[in-house]
Amino acid sequence: MTRIEFSRRGFLATSGAIVVSFAAAPAAAAMRPPAARPAAEAHFKTVALDQVDGFVAVDAAGNVTIFSGKVDLGTGVRTAITQIAAEELSVPLDRVRVVQGDTALTPDQGITWGSLTIQVGGMQIRQACATARELLVGRAAERLAVAREELTTRNGAVVRRSGGKGVPYAKLIGDRRFETKVDAAAPLKDPASYTVVGRPVRRLDIPGKVTGTFVYVQDFKLRGMLHGRVLRPPALKATLQSVDDGKARRVPGYVATVRKGSFLAAVATSEWAAIKGMMALEPTWSSWAGLPESGKLWEHVRGSRVARDEALQTAGDTAAAMREGGTAKVMSATYDFAIHTHGSIGPSCAVADFTGGRLTVWTASQATHLLRQQLANMLSLKADDIRCVYLEGAGCYGRNAHEDAAADAALLAVELGRPVRVQWSRADEHGWDPKGPPTLIDMRAAVDGGDVVGWESMAFIPDRPKGFAVTLVAAELAGLPKDEAFPGNVHQGLAIPYAFPNIKATARWLAETPLKPSWIRTPGRMQNTFANESFIDECATVAGVDPLDFRRRNLKDARGLEMLERLAKLADWKPRTAARAGDGDVARGRGVAYTKYELVRTYVGIVADVAVDRKTGKIRVERCFVAHDCGQIINPDGLRNQIEGNVVQTVSRTLIEEVTFDRSAVTSIDWATYPILTFPDVPDVVIDLIDRPAEKPWGAGEPTAAVVPAAIANAVFDATGVRLRSVPFRPEKVLAGLRAA
Amino acid sequence: MTTTVNLRVNGKPTKLTVDDPDMPLLLALRNDLDLHGARFGCGLAQCGACTVHVDGEAVRSCSFPLSAAAGKSVTTLEGLGTERKPHPLQKAFIDEQAAQCGYCINGMIMQAAAFLKKTKRPTEEQIKTALADNLCRCGTHLRIVRAVKRASEAMG
Ligand code: FES
Ligand code: FES
Repeated sequence: MTRIEFSRRGFLATSGAIVVSFAAAPAAAAMRPPAARPAAEAHFKTVALDQVDGFVAVDAAGNVTIFSGKVDLGTGVRTAITQIAAEELSVPLDRVRVVQGDTALTPDQGITWGSLTIQVGGMQIRQACATARELLVGRAAERLAVAREELTTRNGAVVRRSGGKGVPYAKLIGDRRFETKVDAAAPLKDPASYTVVGRPVRRLDIPGKVTGTFVYVQDFKLRGMLHGRVLRPPALKATLQSVDDGKARRVPGYVATVRKGSFLAAVATSEWAAIKGMMALEPTWSSWAGLPESGKLWEHVRGSRVARDEALQTAGDTAAAMREGGTAKVMSATYDFAIHTHGSIGPSCAVADFTGGRLTVWTASQATHLLRQQLANMLSLKADDIRCVYLEGAGCYGRNAHEDAAADAALLAVELGRPVRVQWSRADEHGWDPKGPPTLIDMRAAVDGGDVVGWESMAFIPDRPKGFAVTLVAAELAGLPKDEAFPGNVHQGLAIPYAFPNIKATARWLAETPLKPSWIRTPGRMQNTFANESFIDECATVAGVDPLDFRRRNLKDARGLEMLERLAKLADWKPRTAARAGDGDVARGRGVAYTKYELVRTYVGIVADVAVDRKTGKIRVERCFVAHDCGQIINPDGLRNQIEGNVVQTVSRTLIEEVTFDRSAVTSIDWATYPILTFPDVPDVVIDLIDRPAEKPWGAGEPTAAVVPAAIANAVFDATGVRLRSVPFRPEKVLAGLRAA
Repeated sequence: MTTTVNLRVNGKPTKLTVDDPDMPLLLALRNDLDLHGARFGCGLAQCGACTVHVDGEAVRSCSFPLSAAAGKSVTTLEGLGTERKPHPLQKAFIDEQAAQCGYCINGMIMQAAAFLKKTKRPTEEQIKTALADNLCRCGTHLRIVRAVKRASEAMG
């Protein structure tokens, strides 16, 4: 693991120097806080999105540093971004380092979400690198007094096409700034000439991760750092009435009890003392029981106050197509999708230091720039006086509690004036991270002969405030200024890719949702695609058409059709017009699902093979076939890793996951009460990657997850004749379906 | 009042002076010895992220008191091998690119290492059963199974 030294010397080395020095030191040693002040650093290193210097620096030895506002959440994008930069700059991979998500050093490229890291963030970096390369070629042309057409770049140098020694970048720019804007017209390299992009380059982080040297945020230490543990109320909105910390104070190493409103923390010199101190606190809380009855969740969602309805997609006149007495058969169904938690394997953690009026926070936040603003609001500090530095945590799959741990640590550091590390417990993470909201979707369709002549959908989803922030738990508990919670773009995926004559897709934005929402991998797209791709399967059955063929007939999209063709081959799909519905103890079936992500990017198709135990109701997903077209592939092995992960995680979410709660709080607070899929139940995944080097690269972190639930539901229908419309597909739901059939 | 606990860690005699010998071994390794290969995942013996070997047996160090390791020999991920001299399992995990966030991987490797000592040439099913109580949220399972298989073949 390469360690970044935040040394002032590095920033001041030569006039205008902007080089971050690297030291390959044993990671176990405590990392020092930055000696330089955030404001001073910002002065030396621009973070402007339109400046080459925002993204790229070359030092005197010719090493390249890339400053990426998008971060690697365990998905491998650090490696992919390194490949993109190495390729566009013609430098060897091992000469490129990537600094990620440091508000003092990296441009604000937006939250690392929505499968946009390569598609948007990576392309900004590619363009900055292309601009840098063009500038270097121009300088070399002047120096060598030759036409720039005679020059090219190779191995970190500008060289003559005719051969001979060139001029290394270090000579042309080493330790100096580019001082130029990113040129949107700077020519990109011809993909046909790529030698690094498109190759299965090995992930840079894996050796350190398998040998224990990689530094996760949980491993980060500052000298003199204290450990804090927050004791949260037993009911989500209970208030702290009093606390007796007499016993806690007798724990050796105990430093302080910090109380601010209902925010209550124990701080100690060691982690174990903080845990014991927290457990020894004797608080009195008010009671609160404002959550809906969990057994009536769907009535609650349907009856929630409506903020507004929004038409997401309209074509023709669905009312006319569905009118009574016509020739079409009108069918309807309701789908629901349970509340899910992110379930990061490592609970959230952060370290904060508040010195001289300036706050620095080390965090695994997927949005360090946004977090900085949130912390400024919460603590009434200036954003310029806060620096958030990204360090990888456990995978978060969306907005888990990384930001909340950062807010806890920041609050404690400011209160105590000493560096504080806050590690959340498992119960904190399961109980207090924001949740993927419950989603209810009503579907109606009119099928006339073999055709869908009308299609209506309505998704009941929590409304979106203006900003993208999610309320910080510490701000809520302490009664400090806070943001409303953004649930993610949960309307996406409801509009359909099929060319039906009459379509009406509506978002019913709800003014409330039971638990604080946020985005979890494939937000909305997973739920909405589950409803769409299950219901179209129902339509295909009514139409008497093979479900894969039915989709093909209604698609007018050449790339989508090609993908489905490849999928059919990959899975050796045998057309069928009705469910097989075997009656042995174990019934087998297969289902298909398709999406064009948000109708504008990545195409994914999936075929799932399932086995349903008719006695126990247990579903086993045995194998999934995935055909995937995300345009230009940067790293095919990284892409496969993402696709496999998407499938396995979503099989887990679809089959077994559900957040439970009573009237006061979440009750699924560990892995026993919120189980996830384990090794014996993991399906095989067979993948066909469609690479289009000449096209734009699109995202792959989420799209595959969108199609998994419907494919499983459709496979269960094929196996048993039972339609499952409620995620998770727990055995009792399967058995109820079988009994009713 | 502090207590001293003597044990061997990755082959080295180690003396730890702590306030409370009942603290979890995991915290002693991570905080007192700066060995952070073992990870805190649940503290409840449910996930496996904290797995280390105590006298050769895979143990969940989050739920194993330091005092119980007194006089014993503890091996962590760091003690298994290094980037330069990786254990066959570590090498196989690199070769199979068997990690996403990697947070669970310590547990996978340590559990598998103890398992492979007893089961020489396991089938895929045996590997899956051996790792059934180790959780991975990223869905890296298929690669992990392939890596353990590959390591078992390399180890002969
Ligand atoms: S941290 Fe020990 S089993 Fe989860
Ligand atoms: S690789 Fe992330 S939890 Fe397993």
